[in-house]
Amino acid sequence: MPDLASTVPAANGHGRRRAALTLVPHATEHLATRDFKSDQEVRWCPGCGDYAILAAFQSFLPDLDVPRENVVVISGIGCSSRLPYYVNSYGMHSIHGRAPAIATGLASSRQDLSVWVITGDGDALSIGGNHLIHALRRNVNIKIMLFNNRIYGLTKGQYSPTSEQGKITKSSPMGSLERPFNPLSLALGAEASFVARTIDSDRKHLTSVLAAAADHRGAAFIEIYQNCPIFNDDAFAPLTEPGSREQRVVRLEHGQPIRFGPDGSRGLRFGPLGALEAVDVAESGEDGLLVHDAHVTDPSYAFALSRLDSADFVHTPIGIFRQVSRPSYDDSMAAQLDDARTEQGPGDLAALLAGSDTWRVG
Amino acid sequence: MTKQVQQLDRVIIRFAGDSGDGMQLTGDRFTQETATFGNDLSTLPNFPAEIRAPAGTLPGVSSFQLHFADHDILTPGDAPDVLVAMNPAALKANLADLPRGADIIANTDEFTKRNLLKVGFEANPLEDGSLSGYQLHAIPITSITVKALEGLAVSKKDAERAKNMFALGMLCWLYNRPAEGTLRFLESKFGSRPEIMKANITAFQAGWNYGETTEEFSVQYEVKPAALPPGLYRNITGNTALAYGLVSAAHLAGLPLFLGSYPITPASDILHELSKLKRFGVRTFQAEDEIGGVGAALGASFGGSLGVTTTSGPGMALKAETIGLAVAVELPLVVCDIQRAGPSTGMPTKTEQGDLLMALYGRNGESPLVVLAPATPGDCFDTAIEATRIAVKYRTPVIILSDGYLANGSEPWRVPELAELPDVSAEFSFAAPDELNAAAVEAGASPPGFMPFQRDPATLARPWAVPGTPGLEHRIGGIEKADGIGTISYDPDNHDRMVRLRQAKIDGIAADIPPLEVDDPDGNARVLVLGWGSTYGSIGAAVRRVRLTGASVAHAHLRHLSPFPANLGEVLKRYDKVLVPEINLGQLALILRGRYLVDVISYNRVRGLPFRAAELSRVIQDVITNA
Repeated sequence: MPDLASTVPAANGHGRRRAALTLVPHATEHLATRDFKSDQEVRWCPGCGDYAILAAFQSFLPDLDVPRENVVVISGIGCSSRLPYYVNSYGMHSIHGRAPAIATGLASSRQDLSVWVITGDGDALSIGGNHLIHALRRNVNIKIMLFNNRIYGLTKGQYSPTSEQGKITKSSPMGSLERPFNPLSLALGAEASFVARTIDSDRKHLTSVLAAAADHRGAAFIEIYQNCPIFNDDAFAPLTEPGSREQRVVRLEHGQPIRFGPDGSRGLRFGPLGALEAVDVAESGEDGLLVHDAHVTDPSYAFALSRLDSADFVHTPIGIFRQVSRPSYDDSMAAQLDDARTEQGPGDLAALLAGSDTWRVG
Repeated sequence: MTKQVQQLDRVIIRFAGDSGDGMQLTGDRFTQETATFGNDLSTLPNFPAEIRAPAGTLPGVSSFQLHFADHDILTPGDAPDVLVAMNPAALKANLADLPRGADIIANTDEFTKRNLLKVGFEANPLEDGSLSGYQLHAIPITSITVKALEGLAVSKKDAERAKNMFALGMLCWLYNRPAEGTLRFLESKFGSRPEIMKANITAFQAGWNYGETTEEFSVQYEVKPAALPPGLYRNITGNTALAYGLVSAAHLAGLPLFLGSYPITPASDILHELSKLKRFGVRTFQAEDEIGGVGAALGASFGGSLGVTTTSGPGMALKAETIGLAVAVELPLVVCDIQRAGPSTGMPTKTEQGDLLMALYGRNGESPLVVLAPATPGDCFDTAIEATRIAVKYRTPVIILSDGYLANGSEPWRVPELAELPDVSAEFSFAAPDELNAAAVEAGASPPGFMPFQRDPATLARPWAVPGTPGLEHRIGGIEKADGIGTISYDPDNHDRMVRLRQAKIDGIAADIPPLEVDDPDGNARVLVLGWGSTYGSIGAAVRRVRLTGASVAHAHLRHLSPFPANLGEVLKRYDKVLVPEINLGQLALILRGRYLVDVISYNRVRGLPFRAAELSRVIQDVITNA
């Protein structure tokens, strides 16, 4: 049983601590991928992108240098939300849309835990939209992995809040009438302090984004494009197929010029009224081409980047759009408790119950 | 001038005015002085949901009723002996409740033609003789206050606003209340604005002096202190008592307290109170919505805190799915429903007992949990501790059904010594995995590892294995779990077993709660009055009245509504007739009939107000007559 009264671990001889984990104990033994595999049979459909994400997550977790018992995975409802069952740590498969709320209560009362939220486009952006934006706004120290497959899978194929307009599905035989959410624009609108996008099939990139999220103190929002082979197969093919992906995928690296296309022949620059536009470097020259800066305090630049992506993936940035430092909710909450004790002394229960206006009988 | 002092054994005063007139504050202060003086007391604040309804109108009337006595009393009283009416609307709204001969203290300054017309008075009732059946004291409270404050550096508006303190001073003189507490209170409340503080203190003293020197009041009244059991006392409201009970319970259990809550009338004061207690390590989280509040509380419980959420009816409806999750994952959770008049928004500031069936059954599937109801404002403290004891011991959500009347009403409360509080110790996982594995190997089975749904044979509670504990890693969720090992299971027989196990766990708590006590002093009663929750005072007072006539009647009051005390069925069958008064349309009665096949008699009034003792005593008499 951990000592809940004192969640600050003693310093030890390990190296630099990931920012999100400064209050989480170090692992006492070297952990391997297999240590994070549970004994449960994985029951996603064959070919589901969730397998790749699970594998990347399990192989990344040992790098956290956190004891297995201090990792907690909380999910909502949907295909992706089954993931906690397959990770051998503490986990809760909760109810539809509410994982960010449950994780907020856990993370803000237990700073010694590394808390991950697993969610999908329906879970996070439809039924749970409110909890998502408020968790991001508060900057709770949780890492949210949103598996975006642009479809409702577990209920067998209705359009989701990220499905493209006009999409034919079981519940939209004449095409969906709805304009989709851009998850990153939404997260940036909520002023999330860490916002990134990656793709299920790019294990290396996915792992690097997870590592960066774990290194961020506060809420991290990671959109993962995830293929649903049954109800929305090849939704992200333009970004994954050779020949197409080189034209479309825009890799963001902090401090590096944003270049994409064959041999980096294309770049980005601000057009009129602040929107970003893609240009041929040969034609436009290198002046005014963007160098990526994820640390800009103002979210407008990251928002402009997020708007580059459209349903047909003409230019789709992946990587870390924004990573800025601001106080995390759980740190601030703990600081208030400390301040209250410093200013008012530790709580005296007998004095509290008596109050100031008492009288004695007998 | 020394005036004649008349002894009274009890008095009911109602302060009434516009919602901006400060009547709640006036009532609160009079209550504090009365409590400090040592009377027994009971209060009924009654105010509109609108913060400032249109001035001078009937919907804008706010009132505060206080009953105080030299003996123990149970209710805020039926009919006021004294009405303080700060404007015509206050008079109009409250006159019907006044018995003939009652005192009316009216602020004549507000009885202007315009204000009279606003509430439909054709003529001024202070002048047309229509109040001749009452003791009318027509006093220009506003203008005397303004005059008394001449020379102070306050605006006319601020001077007029001090009129409630004038009225308070006058009433404090009239009933011989001590003044020191109010003076101290004003000094602290307006400490940063010395001129406003001076104005309020001057107005209070002017009111006191007015009572003493004018001929308006020929006698001064005295209500001697009540002979309460020995101890240290304070006055407390239900919401404060509930907040303090939660803090105390967490302390007793050795758990950090986490409140996830969304503001809602009449529960918000618990959030306010707990958010002041950070020095006790209390974390309060004002969530984005009701669902977020209970979700965060459950998340905190998963992490080993005492997770609590507070709300009222509409919020309960929203929390239902998460409470169901808490039933399924079997984690401790305390849910406080401060009931108000429904359905839907209903009447947010008015009381009701309409959420009983929702608390018991308002979730999908077979979803048993524990439901408790406090009987009085002070009892909210003990109920919070009992709720925590059960939640922690049995890993179950517990719903506390308080209501608007208990929440805002107050009574003298004997401050408990910490040593006399009950044991609420929290054990986390009770079976280390090594022992389990060893036991399995000994039995020739393969070691199962940690079994998150392995139940304690005595309580049927599962282990509370908190993240951060090595070796107990496990996954829980809303999907049905295999008995014992807790992995996902769609096995038909397993589901049937789990449904029954969850119910059996709650049913078994009946052996761990006190039997229902029946108050039947002469043992001759053939009629039992059975209540639950906040009707305790009204029923108790009504039963006393009936007994004064020489009749016999028994009274029992349920605090545990799920599970019921083990002897409830036997108690019900002991009496010829069982009367069940409820501020709903018979929700407890429905369950009693269904479960015990007893033809109970319902009495239901759903007016947003507590029952009147006189009304209930008539009903009891009728049942006795026909028994």
